[in-house]
Amino acid sequence: MPFGQGRSGGGGRGRGGDKKPNDKEKGQRRTLFRRRKVCKFCADKIDDINYKDVKLIGPFVPERGKILPRRISGTCAKHQRKLQTAIKRARQIALIPYVTE
Amino acid sequence: MADRQYELVYILPPDSTEQQVAEVQTQIEEVVTRLHGHIASTDNWGRKRLAYEIARHKEGYYVLQTINGSGELMKELDRRLKVMDIVIRQMIVRVDEDKKVVDTVQTRRRTNSERRRVKRGLPPQRQPGEGRAAGEPDDQDDDRFEVGEV
Repeated sequence: MPFGQGRSGGGGRGRGGDKKPNDKEKGQRRTLFRRRKVCKFCADKIDDINYKDVKLIGPFVPERGKILPRRISGTCAKHQRKLQTAIKRARQIALIPYVTE
Repeated sequence: MADRQYELVYILPPDSTEQQVAEVQTQIEEVVTRLHGHIASTDNWGRKRLAYEIARHKEGYYVLQTINGSGELMKELDRRLKVMDIVIRQMIVRVDEDKKVVDTVQTRRRTNSERRRVKRGLPPQRQPGEGRAAGEPDDQDDDRFEVGEV
């Protein structure tokens, strides 16, 4: 994959126009394409993000083994912090990979 | 000071015999009792696939224990487990404070919802068939959904 292309594409999608639409296309872009992201843990009222619960954490660790960033998953700051420790603990006892090739 | 609660997870090789498992178990028990702790629960997860290889093993025999005791006890336990060759991985995590936080949040949420419901003239508990069924998403009418690649 060409390096430049991948980067600009990814960055643009993640941030641009997500919450603040441009003045030109006020609201339109958002109403057409974007959907408000909601923190999964707030929505489902999950208070305890446990390292043993691989089913819960799994979706936040994509293929590569990296932690899914907040800007993509929409997780709120508080829960992302808890998720982060849970994932790191789960990695230690080999429930979740550190990296996958 | 009140005892702290810890969770200990350790992994043994998948081909370890019952006897070896029991042996590790008794050694842990011995350390725990000697340092005035006690084992609240033991949970054998059994053989599980490891997410990555540890010491050439692709599978492991997991054991989870909840232990009440002091920090010194866990320090000693960790040291002992590190020395044991048969234990391929171990982790100790303190859980009592997290549990406390979760409990407060849940109680607060429950009392709040009960208070609000009573105020609206409803019975404090949710009645069956009321509101959305569990597992039903609240965004099914959202036709502006676009699945972005992740």
